[in-house]
Amino acid sequence: MDEKLLLDLKDLVVHYVTDSGTVYAVNGISLKLNQRHSVGLVGETGAGKTTTALAILNLVPEPAGVIKNGTIHVDGNNVLTMSEGELQKIRGKDVSMIFQDPMTALNPVFTVGEQIAESIRIHEKVSDKEAMRRAVEMLEIVGISASRANDYPHQLSGGMKQRVVIAIALACHAKLLIADEPTTALDVTIQAQVLELIRSYREKYDTAMILITHDLGIVAETCDEVAVMYAGNIVEYGTLEDVFNRTKHPYTEGLFNSLPNIIERRSKLTPIPGMVPDPTSLPEGCIFADRCSYATDACRRTAQEDKWLSDTHMVRCSRYQEPNFNVKRKIER
Amino acid sequence: MAGKMKLKNKDSSFWGEVAKEFKKNKGAMIGLVVFSLVIIAAILALFVLDYKTQITKLKLAEALQPASWKHLFGTDQFGRDIFYRILYGAHYSLLIGVCAVTISTVVGSVLGILAGYLGGIIENIIMRIMDILSPIPTVLLAITIAAAFGQSLTSLMIAVGVISVPSFARVARAAVMTVRDQEYIEAAKSQGASELQIIVSHVIPNSLPPIMVQATMRVASAIISASALSFLGLGVPAPNPEWGGMLSEGRNFISTNTNMTFFPGIAIMITVLSVNLIGDGVRDAMDPRLKR
Repeated sequence: MDEKLLLDLKDLVVHYVTDSGTVYAVNGISLKLNQRHSVGLVGETGAGKTTTALAILNLVPEPAGVIKNGTIHVDGNNVLTMSEGELQKIRGKDVSMIFQDPMTALNPVFTVGEQIAESIRIHEKVSDKEAMRRAVEMLEIVGISASRANDYPHQLSGGMKQRVVIAIALACHAKLLIADEPTTALDVTIQAQVLELIRSYREKYDTAMILITHDLGIVAETCDEVAVMYAGNIVEYGTLEDVFNRTKHPYTEGLFNSLPNIIERRSKLTPIPGMVPDPTSLPEGCIFADRCSYATDACRRTAQEDKWLSDTHMVRCSRYQEPNFNVKRKIER
Repeated sequence: MAGKMKLKNKDSSFWGEVAKEFKKNKGAMIGLVVFSLVIIAAILALFVLDYKTQITKLKLAEALQPASWKHLFGTDQFGRDIFYRILYGAHYSLLIGVCAVTISTVVGSVLGILAGYLGGIIENIIMRIMDILSPIPTVLLAITIAAAFGQSLTSLMIAVGVISVPSFARVARAAVMTVRDQEYIEAAKSQGASELQIIVSHVIPNSLPPIMVQATMRVASAIISASALSFLGLGVPAPNPEWGGMLSEGRNFISTNTNMTFFPGIAIMITVLSVNLIGDGVRDAMDPRLKR
């Protein structure tokens, strides 16, 4: 562990205060990420993954979104206490974000070349010509020929647009890349290409990454660590090995069991019963108790705490301590 | 193939597409041609016709003549050639139409964009002022402005311009509110763009189409408003040949000498119609739902 700590997120609490009640989006999560490492944030829709990502850029949509508590240090500086001017300097330069839907993340009235050049010009004092030259270079890095630089977003296919979005995010060689479901809007073959692109780029520039996804397969391929999120909490955290092979949390188990089985193709999917709790009124005890087949009365009464099994493996469930307790994984890897 | 691709790319920017759609629209093209002719005529008239001898000089001996080769549209009660006066008067209508709309577009859009982008209290203040402004009748406002600044072309432009500020503010605000929540705005923020950069390079270009449609449409109504105010004697002062003013003078002679009302009326109609045709064309060309 001689690598430098790049991101240190502590006790982050984010609420959305609306007229119809307070949405408890993120409830005290902590996350550390070293240089060059990548962590996968996994969880269902509404688990608070994107909110966490936006908080790292201090971009939680205002006025509804309120960061109630926590510190987020990027490269030693607390993002949450920075002035707007300082934030603008690190956004895109130190921390960059790839958005989920390439169809809407590009401005329809400018050519893709101009849009990449714009994000270079924001951070570096270069001439328009130089910025454009580098934009074209970025396009080539992401595998789009230079001649398409003068195309408008609507002239590109979905996969190409996502490459452009990535080119914009990478244009200033950020140290930390936040990829918010970068492949959700793409078909499977393009997904593989895009992931490969991100991977080779990260190798070249030593970029750390937070990958937000609900696809465990992608996490297995691209991440070093995994954080499983549920209702604004990280319920299990660890290295790939820890979470995939020594699964401890019943929710993680549920996620794995709801994957299709390649070997036994006729076997039915086992979904997690029930629904994600209403984020405006979370249950008192363990947040997952209502859907958990292992839940006891004690689970429903008292909230769970982070329990560290090893230096790397954390689980927010008390039952693993009991002898003979094991979650039931359907497929043995 | 490569050459062909390049050529295709050139036209397929948003504005290229709009121009292509616009050209396909026959009515809009007719409107454009007619409006161009009106502009050319208005400019030529300023250089060719002499204001003192041909436009305002009284020749009572030639009063109220019917159309003839010497006086194409006949003469008015003071013996002035109606054809020349209409040609010369064209620039008033065009100037008022264009300047008034420019005033209201700029002022209205800036207010609307600020309201839409900033939201909150600022939005409320701006939009409530617009609400207060919009029900004031055109004529009343024009009288006030004419009283304050004196009866002149400038005060007429301001009066007509101020009247349509609220509608521009509303259109701009609505456009900005749709653009504001787009993901590319958030993406630009995540890249470290400042608020000003976002407004200038993302919000404004993307909110422009509806504002432009509104501007084109408003030119026609500005011309009508200007004529109406001149008709009531609040616009361009006599003896200047403003079309509305000419109509007003001619109405006393409507039963004996129809030329005096007929031709200025036709001039207003043709100009307004051509602008409206252009406006419809612009609207259709920019409406993505009508894309074939």
